[in-house]
Amino acid sequence: MTKSELILRLAETNPHLYQRDVERIVTTIFGEIADALARGDRVELRGFGAFSVKRRDARVGRNPRTGDSVRVDEKFVPYFKTGKQLRDRLNADDE
Amino acid sequence: MTGGTVTRAQLSEAVYQEVGLSRNESADLVETVLGEISDALSRGEMVKISSFGSFAVRQKGERVGRNPKTGEEVPIEPRHVLVFRASHVLKDQINTTLGKAAGKPGRKA
Repeated sequence: MTKSELILRLAETNPHLYQRDVERIVTTIFGEIADALARGDRVELRGFGAFSVKRRDARVGRNPRTGDSVRVDEKFVPYFKTGKQLRDRLNADDE
Repeated sequence: MTGGTVTRAQLSEAVYQEVGLSRNESADLVETVLGEISDALSRGEMVKISSFGSFAVRQKGERVGRNPKTGEEVPIEPRHVLVFRASHVLKDQINTTLGKAAGKPGRKA
C-alpha cells in the first residue's frame, strides 16, 4: 500500500470528506511525526509502535572496495519499535 | 534534543488545526490511518509512505536462543517482524536540525 492508495481507501470509507482534505490529514500526520523526530522528540503511538531518534557516534569507517579509512561523522538515525498489539497481530494465525 | 514525547493527542490536534474538522473526528481519523496501515501490514503488505519511509513485514526463521539469566537454551519460534526504513527525506530532515545542534561546541559527546 502506498500513500496515495492509503488516501484513496480513506476517501472511500469517509465519503463526507473531500479527497484533498484526506490528503492533508495524511500529510499532516506524517509531517508531525517527522517534525517531532527532527526536534529529537519521541513519538509514541500505543498499540502501533514508537518512533525515536538514535545517535550514531562519529567513527572511522573503511571503503570496502579500496580499504581506505574514511571519517564518518556523527549522525542521527530514526528508529521504529513495533507496538505489542501490532506485533501480536502480525503473528496471529488467523491472518 | 527537547526530549518530549508526541502521542495521538498531538497528532489529532495537528489534524484539527490543519483541516478544521471537529476534535473528535480528527482523533478518529488519526486512529483510522493507523488502523489502515496495521491492516495492510497484517495482510503481509508493505506500506510505503513517500518522503517518510516504508514498513515491511519480514519472516524470521526458528533459531535457538538462550535465557540470559540461566543460560538455558530455548527455541525461538519462527515469527513475523516489522521493519521500518526511513526515507532519505526524513533522514536528511533529522540530521539537518539535530546535526546542527550537535555541532555546537560544548555539547556532551
